[in-house]
Amino acid sequence: MKILTGNDLKTGDVTWWDGQGWSRHVNDAVDVGDKADEIAAREEASRNVVGAYAIDATKDENGVRPAHIKDRIRALGPTVRPDLTLKPADPAAGNWVI
Amino acid sequence: MYKYDNYDQQMVDTRVEEFRDQTRRRLSGELSEEKFRPLRLMNGLYLQLHAYMLRVAVPYGTLSGAQMKALGDIADKYDRGYGHFTTRQNIQYNWIKLEDAPDILADLAKVEMHAIQTSGNCIRNISSDHFAGAAADELVDPRPYAELLRQWSSFHPEFSYLPRKFKIAVIAADTDRAAMRLHDIGIQIVKNDAGEIGCAFYVGGGMGRTPMVAPLIREFVPLDDLITYSEACVRVYNRNGRRDNKYKARIKILVHEMGKDEYTRQVEEEFAHLKSQGIEPPLAELERIKPYFADPAFKTGLSDKIDRTDPDFALWVDRNTVTHKAPGYVSAVISLKPVGGIPGDASADQIRLMGELATEYSFDECRVTHTQNIVLPHVEKARLKDLFDVLDANGLSSPNLDTIEDIIACPGLDYCSLANARSIPVAQKISKRFAGSGKTAELGELKLKISGCINACGHHHAGHIGILGVDRKGVENYQLLLGGSEAEDTSLGKITGPGFSEDGIVDAVEKAADVYIANREDGERFLDTYRRIGMDPFKEAIYG
Repeated sequence: MKILTGNDLKTGDVTWWDGQGWSRHVNDAVDVGDKADEIAAREEASRNVVGAYAIDATKDENGVRPAHIKDRIRALGPTVRPDLTLKPADPAAGNWVI
Repeated sequence: MYKYDNYDQQMVDTRVEEFRDQTRRRLSGELSEEKFRPLRLMNGLYLQLHAYMLRVAVPYGTLSGAQMKALGDIADKYDRGYGHFTTRQNIQYNWIKLEDAPDILADLAKVEMHAIQTSGNCIRNISSDHFAGAAADELVDPRPYAELLRQWSSFHPEFSYLPRKFKIAVIAADTDRAAMRLHDIGIQIVKNDAGEIGCAFYVGGGMGRTPMVAPLIREFVPLDDLITYSEACVRVYNRNGRRDNKYKARIKILVHEMGKDEYTRQVEEEFAHLKSQGIEPPLAELERIKPYFADPAFKTGLSDKIDRTDPDFALWVDRNTVTHKAPGYVSAVISLKPVGGIPGDASADQIRLMGELATEYSFDECRVTHTQNIVLPHVEKARLKDLFDVLDANGLSSPNLDTIEDIIACPGLDYCSLANARSIPVAQKISKRFAGSGKTAELGELKLKISGCINACGHHHAGHIGILGVDRKGVENYQLLLGGSEAEDTSLGKITGPGFSEDGIVDAVEKAADVYIANREDGERFLDTYRRIGMDPFKEAIYG
């Protein structure tokens, strides 16, 4: 599947297109098919997101998993600071990116 | 410490208000990202992997106690309670909100700081010897010259859009503690046979994807030609540097492709022309700057005796203090490399504490090193134990300066959008491995440097042992290099062979260290042994 990601213009937070708006959680990301450029252009023009780009990902019972490690780290947070990731209570959260 | 005059302050304050307006226009939609991006980068604001990142300039690495404390306050108020000290003697904040950025710059301006020219194709923060003004072996304090160059290069209208970024280092000792010859311009303050002070110019060094050691292009430039000669060097680059390919746009490529002799000829020609234009600031300006860097009021008659009863303290003294030019004093290095920690990171509380300690113990001064540590340059030996006790109580007493645990590591793929692989976890595993095995002391001086991509922010080319993270079909892979140095014996490391996994590279480093231990002769460092026996014994041990 193709999913769309970028950063929130004001906060810089990593965000994922969920079909209606932008979510902080990659598991909310939806398949944008061939609409990535169209959505990105519209959302950037509306100043909802900056630097939007489409990536490959897979989805299974565990959720959405970006294909490349860089995007998995973006989805989670820095692996060396579990307390600053989206799963601060899980000290082994960084294993998900590998 | 240099103090802003009204002109300096007005310049920085004006820039803050200018950026505040630019940010407002971006948020309101008057400015597109395409138009705003170069403006934010001119103020050190990047968009990184997780958020905006702000890089704050620390000219030649020197900070007052109040400035350091302000950096800690910013980490708390606007970031997530920590900052990252970089290999450019700067500090970076990783979690900045765009809407906060103008307020941060305003807070910085209150303590005579800014983020100007910490990004973009301009002359970046001038770096220098972190022991400047304290080192026993320096000819003069290099910082007045660095400050003069900072003033010359700030908002220089001709050099705001160079082919690529441009980095200058200034030192004044034969011992190079600033990687001088790995800069676009490296300047060493020297004395000629007539006893006059001047500058040796090395041009065209750098790391990155095409590492080069800067050749000497002029042995002696008189002090009253420092700016004119610098201008000539950069002007020839600006005129001839490649703009068609960013990977070939640095001055090192120009000097290499044009040839040192032809580049030097053009510089000399331009220099002669510029001399006729009278662009050199009067020496009086240098004399105005110098008193800001005058020696503090060192006490006289101090004892050099240190009570070494506490073994932990004695070890820290041996490892982390450096000879000072004034009797009874040392320079103390606060290692930001705790075992298993993140190289260069410090919490807001630690940053504030280091500022307070600078005020209390070091004439209100501290320094950021390019090795991502903090120096208190002027500490009385008699007060070292008190200082150590405070550091120890706050997780800042790691006794590992210049050892294999004192690792330089770039932020890598954990933070950086350019990175191909993570650097920090590798550094953490190596420091744990060697601290756990107890080999650190046995290995002595061993400088290990890790970069997460070919841009080499972690100086991997210049490590006695270097590690470069690469992306191999979406999987992190690590190349091993041996034999680099960024000191006065500058050399570039060579790749041992095929790369390794994250755990494999840790094993490979240990094997290389074991080869050194098995083969070293009396007094040899790892680097010396490598240079004597060559790569083969290391390859044999590492790859079997």
